[in-house]
Amino acid sequence: MSVRESNTVEIDARGLDHRVLNERVRAALEKDVPEIVLRNVCGQRYIGAGLTNDAAITIHGVPGNDLACFMTGPRVSVHGNAQDGAGNTMSAGSIAVHGHAGDVLAYSMRGGRVLVRDRAGYRAGIHMKAYGDLSPVVVVGGTVRDYAGEYMAGGTLVVLGIGRSRDEPLAGDFLGTGMHGGDIYLRGSVFDWQLGREVGRVPIDDAAWEWLMALNREFARVFGIADLRFDREEFTHLKPVSHRPYGRIYVH
Amino acid sequence: MRKWLTQPDFIVERDVARCIGCRVCVRQCANAVHSYDDEDGTILSESDACVGCHRCATLCPTGAIAVKRAPLEFRDNANWTARAIRNVYKQAEGGGVLLAAMGNDQPFPIYWDRMLLNAAQVTNPSIDPLREPMELTTHLGRTPDRVEIEPRPGGGVRLKTRLGPQLKLDIPVMFSAMSYGSISLNASIALARAARAAGTYANTGEGGLHRSIHPYADNMIVQVASGRFGVDADYLNRGAAVEIKIGQGAKPGIGGHLPGEKVDAEVSLTRMIPEGTDALSPAPHHDIYSIEDLKQLVFAIKESTRYEKPVFVKIAAVHNVAAIASGCVHAGADGVVIDGFRGGTGAAPQAIRDHVGIPIELALAAVDTRLREEGIRNHASIIVAGGFRSSADIVKAVAIGADAVYVATAALVAMGCHLCQKCHTGRCNWGIATQDPVLTKRLNPDVAIRRLTNLLRGWSHEIKEMLGGMGINAIESLRGNREHLRGLGLTSGELQALGIKHAGVGA
Repeated sequence: MSVRESNTVEIDARGLDHRVLNERVRAALEKDVPEIVLRNVCGQRYIGAGLTNDAAITIHGVPGNDLACFMTGPRVSVHGNAQDGAGNTMSAGSIAVHGHAGDVLAYSMRGGRVLVRDRAGYRAGIHMKAYGDLSPVVVVGGTVRDYAGEYMAGGTLVVLGIGRSRDEPLAGDFLGTGMHGGDIYLRGSVFDWQLGREVGRVPIDDAAWEWLMALNREFARVFGIADLRFDREEFTHLKPVSHRPYGRIYVH
Repeated sequence: MRKWLTQPDFIVERDVARCIGCRVCVRQCANAVHSYDDEDGTILSESDACVGCHRCATLCPTGAIAVKRAPLEFRDNANWTARAIRNVYKQAEGGGVLLAAMGNDQPFPIYWDRMLLNAAQVTNPSIDPLREPMELTTHLGRTPDRVEIEPRPGGGVRLKTRLGPQLKLDIPVMFSAMSYGSISLNASIALARAARAAGTYANTGEGGLHRSIHPYADNMIVQVASGRFGVDADYLNRGAAVEIKIGQGAKPGIGGHLPGEKVDAEVSLTRMIPEGTDALSPAPHHDIYSIEDLKQLVFAIKESTRYEKPVFVKIAAVHNVAAIASGCVHAGADGVVIDGFRGGTGAAPQAIRDHVGIPIELALAAVDTRLREEGIRNHASIIVAGGFRSSADIVKAVAIGADAVYVATAALVAMGCHLCQKCHTGRCNWGIATQDPVLTKRLNPDVAIRRLTNLLRGWSHEIKEMLGGMGINAIESLRGNREHLRGLGLTSGELQALGIKHAGVGA
């Protein structure tokens, strides 16, 4: 660990076990260091797990699975790809991935933001939930695969489809299956057969559109994308048809 | 209102000579069995809605009410029982999944009742626990393969090996997972405070940790299930231990489902989900598809709690339970919780409650044997659950190989539950499995705590008596000591699965 400037700590993660690496991060946070830079990260899991501090963590390399799981506070940026389970059960803070993310992105996330510049894998935004002032937001710049937004109980999943080829689908099958809260916005169209039975298409009202454009401007700013312009007509908006999808299947 | 073809399970009889017309029964029954007729001043009882919870009969000041099994009998038929016929009626009328609550009530063998304990005679004197020390203290968590000691500066020695986090129990009995939502806040508070008073632990289930239970969090095991309700870094770090729920004995292979009408403001706050929304806990964890994935969640939790909390994994007792439990231990679990098919639930499809899973007795024997064979028994504690009724059941479980036992139904019964099996309706007249404010205030936590601690104190005395009778002065010495058990009326297959000898066979 080396203190480069007075308010930044750099940690060389080369060859470090996740437990040692996380302890070093915690040690720095306990000294109220506002910014931590991790270099040479190569698959170490659980980076940022359970952290509740307000700090910036910049990761160079590829962090392993469960990045920022149970995290409640820090702002994480990844200069590289993220693997599976990024943002698992995260409650506050943010993740910005300058690359792709793996499967199960933002599983059960309750608050904060996850921005992925490129694609995400299967089950993105699964079982996200909103509560009170907390409402998680996930933006995927590229495309997502099957089961995106499954069981979603709140929050917002946005898929922008930037730079996809004509034959690359925006999303896979079972989109929003079992969804009972929240919103999915897709820039592009999806077929009816891709949708779960529990979601329906709804128009985007002015307030939602304004909010979505502000979000997209933030996305463009974070990833340094110039000239990101969208039309409202391009977007598909999905919402659950019921917040009680399975309320009528029982007899006593 | 009467449904076509369905008949009442019970009939409610009122002894008019004893009834003083006080209308306690009318006020007490949330199922509206009793009603008062203003015009002629009489109390009517409509048996159709009676669930057999005995609330009215228990509170009637003159003992005027009797609840009896409905005398309307079907013609004897060993195949088409009254239950089977009525279930068809219900489904033909409602067209849905039959919902049930509490544990499997079918007459499967109860192996606890086919096993007998040993006692010392002549050669190995028994011990009187009233006058001699008797140790029930139990530690749960991983223990090292070997311990190293080093000289202590200034003389003597000290332990060099660093021990992992452990839970210390004054009695090898804990209250198993019951979520706030499935049970009332008063019931949750009573369990937490009783656990504190008795030197043991209660479990949040997947209901989150309500702020009024924060002061007792040192005696709470916090659960992480697939819905992740109420789970955040603060929750994980407040609890004494974390339990990953993979399965539940009452409903192996399926998830939980708290209906939206039970998700009121406080439940919403504690689970951190919107009010009135169904709390759907899917069957699988969507990040767990293998033992390697389970290991990832175990260590995600350990990282998030700085390796200061033991992490347990709870699985249902299913056919291949020994291999699965072994996988859990290899995945880093500090304890494996096995929930047998008689374990209770706030709601489960009846078909699954009654037909899926295996008895805890057999599952426990298989898991303990497997872990010992692999040489990893010390890596994790075994905690068993699923219908434990008495101190004798607990002693027998320890003799087979359990470190501790989880009880839930017994705890509910101690608080007043009459096992009417209607938790899923949310109209629990005893104020336990309901969120209705009129009903929940019927459960006085102070009274409930006294009853719970009384039960554990009684069991504690009984366990000590049984240990003393065997000539054992510490529960540790009984653990996995199957020589102290004998089977009665069991087949050789059953004896083999339990790893015990038949009664009459000596050492």
